[in-house]
Amino acid sequence: MEWFDAFIVMFASGMRLAIPLILACLAGLWSERSGVVDIGLEGKILVGAFASAVGATFTGSAWAGLAVGVVATIGFSLIHGYASIDQRANQIVSGTAINMVADGLTALIGNAIWQQGGRTPQLPADAQFGAIAWRFAEEIGRIPILGPIYQHVVSGNDIITYIAFLVVPLTYWALYHTRFGLRLRAVGENPAAVDTAGISVRALRYSAVIICGVLVGLAGVYLALGQTGYFQPHMSAGRGFIALAALVFAKWRPWPALATCLLFGFLDALAIRLQGVELPVIGPVPVQAIEALPYVLTVILLAGFIGKAIPPRASGIPYVKER
Amino acid sequence: MTSAAGMAPPAIELIGIDKSFGPVHANRNVNLRVERGLIHGIVGENGAGKSTLMSILYGFYEADAGEIRVNGERVRIRSSREAIDCGIGMVFQHFMLVPPLSVLENVMLGAEGGALLARGASAIRKRLGELGAEYGLEVDPDAIVGELSVGLQQRVEILKALVRGAEILVLDEPTAVLTPSEADQLFEMLRVLKGQNKTIVFITHKLREIMSLTDRVSVMRRGEMVATFDTADTSPPELADAMVGRKVILKIDKGPAHPGRVALEARDLVVRDDRGVVRVDGVSFELREGEILGVAGVAGNGQSELLEALAGIRPLNGGEILIDGRPLAAAQRNPHDERLIGVGHVPEDRHRVGLIMPFEACESAMLGFQHETTYGAGLLYDRKAIIADADRKMEAFDVRPRAPLLKTANFSGGNQQKLVLAREIERNPKIMLVGQPTRGVDIGAIEFIHKRIVAQRDAGKAVLLVSVELDEIFALSDRIIVLCGGRVTGERRPEDTNARDLGLLMAGVSDHAA
Amino acid sequence: MSTPLKPLPAWADVAVIPLVNVAAAFVISGLVVLAIGENPLQAVQILLTGALGDLEGIGFTLYYATSFIFTGLAVALCFHAGLFNIGVEGQAYFAGLGAALVALHLGFLPGYSLVIVAILAAALFGAAFAAIPGYLQAYRDSHIVITTIMFNYIASAIMGYLLVNVMRVPGQMNAETAAFPANGRVLQFHEVMAWFGVHWPVTPFNLSFLLALVCAFVVWLLIWRTRLGYEIRTVGANPTAAVYGGISPARITILSTLLSGALAGGLAVNVILGEEHRLILEYTSGFGFVGIAVALMGRAHPVGIILAAILFGVLYQGGAELAFEQPKISRDMIVVIQGLVVLFAGALEHMFRRPVATLLARRTAQPPI
Repeated sequence: MEWFDAFIVMFASGMRLAIPLILACLAGLWSERSGVVDIGLEGKILVGAFASAVGATFTGSAWAGLAVGVVATIGFSLIHGYASIDQRANQIVSGTAINMVADGLTALIGNAIWQQGGRTPQLPADAQFGAIAWRFAEEIGRIPILGPIYQHVVSGNDIITYIAFLVVPLTYWALYHTRFGLRLRAVGENPAAVDTAGISVRALRYSAVIICGVLVGLAGVYLALGQTGYFQPHMSAGRGFIALAALVFAKWRPWPALATCLLFGFLDALAIRLQGVELPVIGPVPVQAIEALPYVLTVILLAGFIGKAIPPRASGIPYVKER
Repeated sequence: MTSAAGMAPPAIELIGIDKSFGPVHANRNVNLRVERGLIHGIVGENGAGKSTLMSILYGFYEADAGEIRVNGERVRIRSSREAIDCGIGMVFQHFMLVPPLSVLENVMLGAEGGALLARGASAIRKRLGELGAEYGLEVDPDAIVGELSVGLQQRVEILKALVRGAEILVLDEPTAVLTPSEADQLFEMLRVLKGQNKTIVFITHKLREIMSLTDRVSVMRRGEMVATFDTADTSPPELADAMVGRKVILKIDKGPAHPGRVALEARDLVVRDDRGVVRVDGVSFELREGEILGVAGVAGNGQSELLEALAGIRPLNGGEILIDGRPLAAAQRNPHDERLIGVGHVPEDRHRVGLIMPFEACESAMLGFQHETTYGAGLLYDRKAIIADADRKMEAFDVRPRAPLLKTANFSGGNQQKLVLAREIERNPKIMLVGQPTRGVDIGAIEFIHKRIVAQRDAGKAVLLVSVELDEIFALSDRIIVLCGGRVTGERRPEDTNARDLGLLMAGVSDHAA
Repeated sequence: MSTPLKPLPAWADVAVIPLVNVAAAFVISGLVVLAIGENPLQAVQILLTGALGDLEGIGFTLYYATSFIFTGLAVALCFHAGLFNIGVEGQAYFAGLGAALVALHLGFLPGYSLVIVAILAAALFGAAFAAIPGYLQAYRDSHIVITTIMFNYIASAIMGYLLVNVMRVPGQMNAETAAFPANGRVLQFHEVMAWFGVHWPVTPFNLSFLLALVCAFVVWLLIWRTRLGYEIRTVGANPTAAVYGGISPARITILSTLLSGALAGGLAVNVILGEEHRLILEYTSGFGFVGIAVALMGRAHPVGIILAAILFGVLYQGGAELAFEQPKISRDMIVVIQGLVVLFAGALEHMFRRPVATLLARRTAQPPI
């Protein structure tokens, strides 16, 4: 059973690595489903992480930190929204700008306040979101098979992990079972149809952009207040782009997004686990190959060799009322 | 609202509607009265202002002047939402549907009946069932709209309007996208709706449809509402007259044509548009050296696709093109090779196709010929040669200002068009394909352009002229074919025909005794 | 619908609007400096002194500028074809491999022919790495923005693997190759000056700068004086008109991405062959992305790109000095400025159009044309 326990531990670690991906990926899903392409997820994760770390440092409260983080990412989302919706900007250029400003600004301010190269001070445990141990985790953990799953996967996570897993069904439900979701799916495909049905395209897209800000903010909050207890420059380390890849891979649907993010998180955990492991014949495991797998898979999908990833038809195109 | 007979007030009354877009006066003092429970047709040529008028009614634009009354009450319609609230439903020519969503979801959009879909969905599902039974409008509510036929998609559009409680249904050119049998089904449906006291406004240019479907018909011409008839009291020739008017035929000094050998022959051409709809359906003709063959027709009847296919821009889905008696191989059917063979092409849309607006005029003046050594023999272009070439063309065609370095976008429409003509004609092609040569061009330039086209003919070139302007067709053509619904409905010589005759052919009243 | 804007006079379009946009980026940057409690004017002074105050500063400034000219040209070339190549970073990184392979393994090549072959290899590797996203965009309809982002990470993985596991000097800790032989290096400026007996401080500024200027000129020629350039611009401005003109947009898409990737290889020439003289992990350090800001600011014109690249060179070099003198303003400030330039000169480029047009209309009440 040793390999099983090891597997469970690795699965749990993969799941934790997947949490920011899940949140960022769903954030992108909301935005792109409304027709606003967002390659600025990476930057906004940093903003969320930084602002929440700063908030938690000054208030000593993780929840206050979360609030500050989410408000800050909503702000950045709205800049992108204004450029994309009102200024009819090239959304790729706007997203690139957001990434750069976020990357620079978080490090700059962090360094200006604490002079530790942009790193914020380690937060005390009560200013972080700690692991929540479920009842009888220890006891149930002794039961074979299911026990370790309960102890290491279900129990012992922080609140944002549970939120992330809740957001997936919530997104699914909102998208497919509410009026707002129906309108949102429609506006990303054919804004003219929404407009002629007497619904404001602009209001819908701004709402989506704000939801995107909240979710991607949570991804950042998780990095700072859930995983590490501090902010460090560039700590998003490409997660925003992996989330983007996962979004493409999941063809812009919530449940596949969850599955893809878990897969990508698991690959990440695997790569960490195999670091320095020597295999017979091959020698050291080329962990970079595992790390690159999400990107390679996404490119293959985009190329149409395994199914076809068709983005929402109106995504990236500003809506201009036709004459 | 006391009408003499004590009848209900009209469903729609438009009074003195006026609308301009910049210099274009799209609607002039338009009055229209549509009685409740009738099918009211509106006919007119392209650009007569029908679509603008209906867009005003649906809140896409606000009129500059005039008022709208619905059921006798004065209303302001500033958005689609307000139009829907007035009980107006619109079926656009280009459907306003969301292809990946189901029929049910499309119908619900904007009329969900609450924040959650479940309850509204079951109510609307039920309503769709009722409407289906009542009007013969059955559609599977769970089908994905993008997978339905065009006819069924249109049905979804109509259902959308009815579910929203539309009492007045406006259909813009609804048969343009339908097969004849689908059109018959549509008419049946509309008659049933009329039977339920719904009011229907039916926009078309096909007189056959007007005659078979409508109760009353109004005719628009050049932004004005020129006449209204009871359909029973009018006839296609009378409507055609009203539609095209007694136009002053542009006079142009033009000797008789001396047609030579057949330069271009089309055999049973079939062409589909981007959506896969057959737009050109078995068209054949011969074009001789030294003649101008006019292709008449209301816009959207396959002329554009025909022209693009001949020029090698659009693939051919059937048939054969012969140049000088030799079939054009598939490998040669592209703009580059056709230019080398000697086919010049003045495209219908100079903004989107014929010129590159942000480029200097001299660069637009070489589009399609950019590989030629005239512009520099070596690796690099010879700027002086490019400018001199453009300058020469601009002089020959009186393009003003004669500034080869000015941005293309900064020239007026007429001068842009002269630039395109100059480019295509100066290369001395054997065959000229000319589309809408004077669209959006001022009077002075029209005359100039017409003279140039006739000069081409006199120089022994074969000219194919596609135009939706009947005057132009009359003024220039030596022979005329008329397209309607992608088929040739007749061939005439200008001296043997008149506007009414052509109007009937354009309206799909197939070859009648002229 | 808003009323259509009257076209601005050409001089306003070319000069005023871009300047207003860039000025907005710098004003906001000044506010950021103010917000972290420093004096922006003093910061500018330190920055300028650090970048241009002495020959050493100038050397570093031009060294950075060289990198940015290459990456800016790479981004701009694709802009002209209507493509957004976000993958310059990865293409440049991969190009480094080509340069290093030649410099390390073809040592038998006589004299400076080695460095010339290494430069060609850098261009070739850069182009090859851009080829796949280009092909996928042209023939498989896969959006080049997403694929080039993915390829940046794929480059990172490939290079990481090669440098850590294959090319590293045995027994060495750092993930880097052995040093290149002397004839596999681009000469540095101080070495050249020494030939003439002129003393120039030792800086990484090297002859790649001249290559960058030549490339800028060649790109200018290509874009505005050749058939290919004409076709590239036509596809970028109006793909429909391009088809009408007998131009294949797919072919142009591939050619543009290939050329763009080759230009990205210039970064490897400047940094790897010109300064580091070995291939090191993550050597591109975000300079590929700086190219986006440089191309937008320079309005995709080689002259504008050279000026913008020098400005960013000043920022990078002066920023280092500034970070040293005023530790609160770390070098991250430069990334902020870069982002704001992309935001205002790119995403919000039309934001000031209406105010400027209104202002001009009031000043010069000219009759409508």
